[in-house]
Amino acid sequence: MTAKTTGSGVAFDAQGDRADAERRDAAMQAFVRDFARTAAIHMESCLRCGMCANACHFYVTTGDPKYTPINKLRPFEQAYHRHVGPFAPIYRLLGLKSNVSIAMLQEWESLIYDGCTLCGRCTLACPMGIDISELIKEARHGMYRAGLVPDRLELMDRTAKAWGSPASPAEDFADIIRETGEANGVPMNVDLPEADYVVTVAPAELTDHTKALSDVARILNKIGVKWTYSTAGFEASNIGYINGDLPLQEKMTRKIIDNAIAVGAHTLILPECGHAYGAARWEAARWYGKKLPLRIIHMTEFLAETVASGKIKLKKMGETTCFHDPCQLARRGGVTEAPRAVLKALGLDLKEFEDHGELAWCCGGGGGVVSNVRADPLRFKAFSIKRKQVEDAHTQHFVTACGQCRITLALGAKHDKWDQKVESLLEIVADHLED
Amino acid sequence: MELLAFARGQALTFSVAVFVLGVLWRLVGVLALPAWRDFSPPREGSAPNWLSAIRAIFRKMIPHRTFLKEGMFTTVNGYVFHFGLGVVVFLFVPHILFLRSLFGVSWPGLPNGVITGVGALTAGSLLVALAYRLTSPVLKLISRPNDYLSWLLTFLPVATGLAATAHVGPRYETMLALHILSVCAFLIWFPFGKLMHAFLFVLSRGATGIRFGHRGAQL
Repeated sequence: MTAKTTGSGVAFDAQGDRADAERRDAAMQAFVRDFARTAAIHMESCLRCGMCANACHFYVTTGDPKYTPINKLRPFEQAYHRHVGPFAPIYRLLGLKSNVSIAMLQEWESLIYDGCTLCGRCTLACPMGIDISELIKEARHGMYRAGLVPDRLELMDRTAKAWGSPASPAEDFADIIRETGEANGVPMNVDLPEADYVVTVAPAELTDHTKALSDVARILNKIGVKWTYSTAGFEASNIGYINGDLPLQEKMTRKIIDNAIAVGAHTLILPECGHAYGAARWEAARWYGKKLPLRIIHMTEFLAETVASGKIKLKKMGETTCFHDPCQLARRGGVTEAPRAVLKALGLDLKEFEDHGELAWCCGGGGGVVSNVRADPLRFKAFSIKRKQVEDAHTQHFVTACGQCRITLALGAKHDKWDQKVESLLEIVADHLED
Repeated sequence: MELLAFARGQALTFSVAVFVLGVLWRLVGVLALPAWRDFSPPREGSAPNWLSAIRAIFRKMIPHRTFLKEGMFTTVNGYVFHFGLGVVVFLFVPHILFLRSLFGVSWPGLPNGVITGVGALTAGSLLVALAYRLTSPVLKLISRPNDYLSWLLTFLPVATGLAATAHVGPRYETMLALHILSVCAFLIWFPFGKLMHAFLFVLSRGATGIRFGHRGAQL
């Protein structure tokens, strides 16, 4: 791994010592190979109207046009027209679309990884409905194959391959679960051979947010179902999905799905993690080529349906709160009502941000940006939007339903020396269970 | 007269052929690509795909209020020249007569004075759009030759049409021939550049509508 700088002074990381042309060709082959109909339609459709710019927190907070979402796709737009599009043979014959250079890919690495959280707000702004964030996800497939990924994200990729998680070795998992249960006085189930519910975790819960592990257990114990954590399939966050490492994405998905099927679960509960929802709820079945024999639900959906069914009663808090909608859950996942129903059941008076639900501003750390330390200065700028929203709301609580958002927001507050606590919906629910 | 005959005859025939074949080629070129089959279960209560697609096509006609704060000019000016183009192309009596000679159907037109006014407004709107593209840092960065050529080939028929009806420039027959030739250029370029959005918007919005509708997400 080597950190380098392009001719124009843009930092990039490169993995391996392959020749430039080989990297470029690997990127193009991966990008072209995965191209499907919807992506092609969207590649064909841009009007160059610029409406996406003001939807992007990075453009809005820096004013730098390079963060215009559609601009982040430029090398891949060129590659599409040269290799895939309906007129590709004509473009090649007449030399109208040159091959993408390695310098261009290096230049764009930071736009594709540091300058995009895959939040998809640009998709809602585009008058043509181009799903730009999905195209950037496709572009990451090419960048990963080229070995042009931020070193920090590549490190997490290698760690996940070795450990089964970017946060903790699989062999430590059961101990973490047991120790957390003991510390919080909650009976835990781990590695039961059979269960109806399998609970998965996100990296933050194995490090900063361990209380969440016992909070889920407290609720599941309360409703009296047969549930378990499993060493064989515990990590729901999917660094392959974020980095563009498709083989790892498939491997990590199969681990949690195969395990859940093996223990006979009818429901796999995803943790408070946004992209885990994207990778598992919407993309897991892709790897199997068929419908899966189990439900995959986010923790927030589990909380909402458990509250709605009357299986748990919550103490009313009688206070005010604002809520940060995680992008992958709300905008790209359609889960906007569930957290609001839970907040209501808690007796919390929700003061909505001006832009909320599907229009919510990103925390600035999604898509791996919070883990990519190189992007810290950019991320802190984007945080100013969320800080203003929270300050304008004047509420007693600030809640979200994604551990990565929570970490991003807490880091932003710490950087700003702003005394603002960011709370987890799961933890609040667990703390307010009626006896 | 030779130029006018050429414009009305061979040039128009050729350009219409390129337009039709080019549009078909481009549409088939993308639609023939494999589609990912989505095996994930749809959100409970989600609309069928066809309905999600239609909803998205209409939903995307008006931006969310939050995006209009910065995008009001782009949106309003876009509507002005699109409506203007629609009016002058389809409601100018000589155009209607020409289209009747091709397709055998006709409809009432608007008075020439109204058409001239709308044409002038359309030309002005297009000029403002170009000025914005040339001065906005975002648009300057993301614009391609395609955008400028598409603009030029949209503007020229409007400008030559206005000149022909106002009897400005060369004699009428020559101006009319130039007008028709500019339309030919527009038709020839149409399938290759962004003018194709007149067809692609249905596919582009519809595809995202299906993806979001499946998830129960709002577009």
